[in-house]
Amino acid sequence: MLMNYFWAFTVGGLLCLIGQLFIDLTKISPARILVAYVVAGVILGGAGFYKPLVELAGAGATVPLTGFGYLLAEGVKKAVSERGLLGIFTGGFTAAAAGLAAVVVFALFVAVLFKRGDKMS
Amino acid sequence: MGKYYGKGTINFDNAPSILSYGSAVGPKEGEGPLADYFDYIGEKSEFGEENSWEKAEVALQKNALRAALKKGGLAQSDISFIFAGDLLNQCVCSAYGIRDFDMPFIGLFGACSTMAESLALASVFVESGVAQMTAAMTSSHFCTAERQFRLPVNYGGQRTPTSQWTATAAGCAIVAPRKAPPYIKAVTFGKVIDMGVKDVNNMGGAMAGAAYETINNHLANTKQSVNDFDMILTGDLGSVGSGLLIDMFLRDNIEIAATHADCGMMLYKTKKQDVHAGASGCGCSASVLCGLILKRITEGKLKNVLFVATGALMSPTMIQQGESIPSVAHAVHISKE
Amino acid sequence: MKITNNEYNKMLTASSPKTKLYKTLPKAFLFGGIICVIGEAFLGLYMRYGAEKETAAALTSITLIGLAALLTGFKVYDRFAKHAGAGSIIPITGFANAVVSPALEFKSEGFVLGVGAKMFVIAGPVIVYGVAASVLYGVVYYIFNAAVA
Repeated sequence: MLMNYFWAFTVGGLLCLIGQLFIDLTKISPARILVAYVVAGVILGGAGFYKPLVELAGAGATVPLTGFGYLLAEGVKKAVSERGLLGIFTGGFTAAAAGLAAVVVFALFVAVLFKRGDKMS
Repeated sequence: MGKYYGKGTINFDNAPSILSYGSAVGPKEGEGPLADYFDYIGEKSEFGEENSWEKAEVALQKNALRAALKKGGLAQSDISFIFAGDLLNQCVCSAYGIRDFDMPFIGLFGACSTMAESLALASVFVESGVAQMTAAMTSSHFCTAERQFRLPVNYGGQRTPTSQWTATAAGCAIVAPRKAPPYIKAVTFGKVIDMGVKDVNNMGGAMAGAAYETINNHLANTKQSVNDFDMILTGDLGSVGSGLLIDMFLRDNIEIAATHADCGMMLYKTKKQDVHAGASGCGCSASVLCGLILKRITEGKLKNVLFVATGALMSPTMIQQGESIPSVAHAVHISKE
Repeated sequence: MKITNNEYNKMLTASSPKTKLYKTLPKAFLFGGIICVIGEAFLGLYMRYGAEKETAAALTSITLIGLAALLTGFKVYDRFAKHAGAGSIIPITGFANAVVSPALEFKSEGFVLGVGAKMFVIAGPVIVYGVAASVLYGVVYYIFNAAVA
């Protein structure tokens, strides 16, 4: 149990630390880093390297954006196995559906109920 | 009449006066070291406009204009021409601000150099005799600049150490034929200079080259040296651009560190208010000039100031297309005598 | 004295302060790790209430997205992100903030052309290239499977 948290913290923290290194040491903008993380997740997930990390670290591997890429790859894999050629196109969005619908609805919710604010620092 | 010296410099024989000046700022600027000098400090940066940052900036600019008119005991109809601009697309804050005033409007875009650009043009109109009274005005707002040039205000990102904080501020100066100090003795309009800098988070660094060019040009054309001025006041080079400007003059064996000041490093308590390399935006130099500096000159505490506001003339589109940042600096010699 | 762009950029690099890595890196690690631990706690919670692993993971994502959306609404997330850096950008909460903050910001341009059109102005590329990569991977996987069969 405690080990689960330890690995979640360590792996999740390390994935973020690598991102920070890219932000600070290169001129790559955060938006590009996010894209790189997702694509890396798809590639690592597809190649089968990410799954062991998810088994070890749980949320430490699924919460960072590479986990989103991994989810897309897993979704496609499953959909292709079940539906063949069509699965190539349905797999990604099917796997991401819950997250995407949630983010859209919550964003609307916040936009309706909250006021944008200033920043003092 | 003014005399053209060539290479962008115009000398004013009659030296028009800055008759009145006003400044308006937001709450963060109101917590800064210059708070006592501003005519208007908003409690919130909405300035009564709850649903639009652009309208908030419009309100801010109107406050600066009203303050300048009021302090000079002037009516709207006294102004023959107003020169104004801001950072937003189509200079909307100036146009919408002046919409409610009864004065001919000449819209300008010079990015953060707009205060010097508008003041210089306003002076030329008065010196040439075509106008009895002109106004020069500009503004910027942190939130309008963020949402147009960068990211949504509430997006969580980190600012780099070289980044500057866009001031929520406006300034307005009113120019009339020679009467009382401060006087405007000469102006130099700058060329567009591009040093090949591409980092939009290092604007001061990108603009220092333009400041160097214009200061040198002004000094050469008017046959003056750095020692003829109490202060060479750049607009918003911030700590990075200021350091670079001083270094560039040191290459020529000219020491300007003692004479040089930068509005971007005066507006905030840089460390405490966490603005990294300092302030930026049209309103930064406008509010520092129309708040602190003109008052100091009027009081005689400063005698000769070369006000050099610098502007980065890029847009997000050009930067995304891989272009570097061109910049411009305009100089205005403001004097007690 | 005339200065070349090359010389200028050298002088500029020399006078530009660098990011203090000894500050940013540990913070990114710490805060990123904490967000993942919170995720792990929800994961465990949902599984304890009988959710299957995949369902629990999806519920965890939804929960974190919801929390980040609320924190963005309360203007807390950007203040936190100032310190956390990549620690708040890389986790799914950062993705949520990237969607919610433009939705909130562009409310002033209306709900269709403002909120609706601008919502994915930052996070859009993540979905575009994530899905494109997944389709590409699907093609490879399909051909690979067909070849094996």
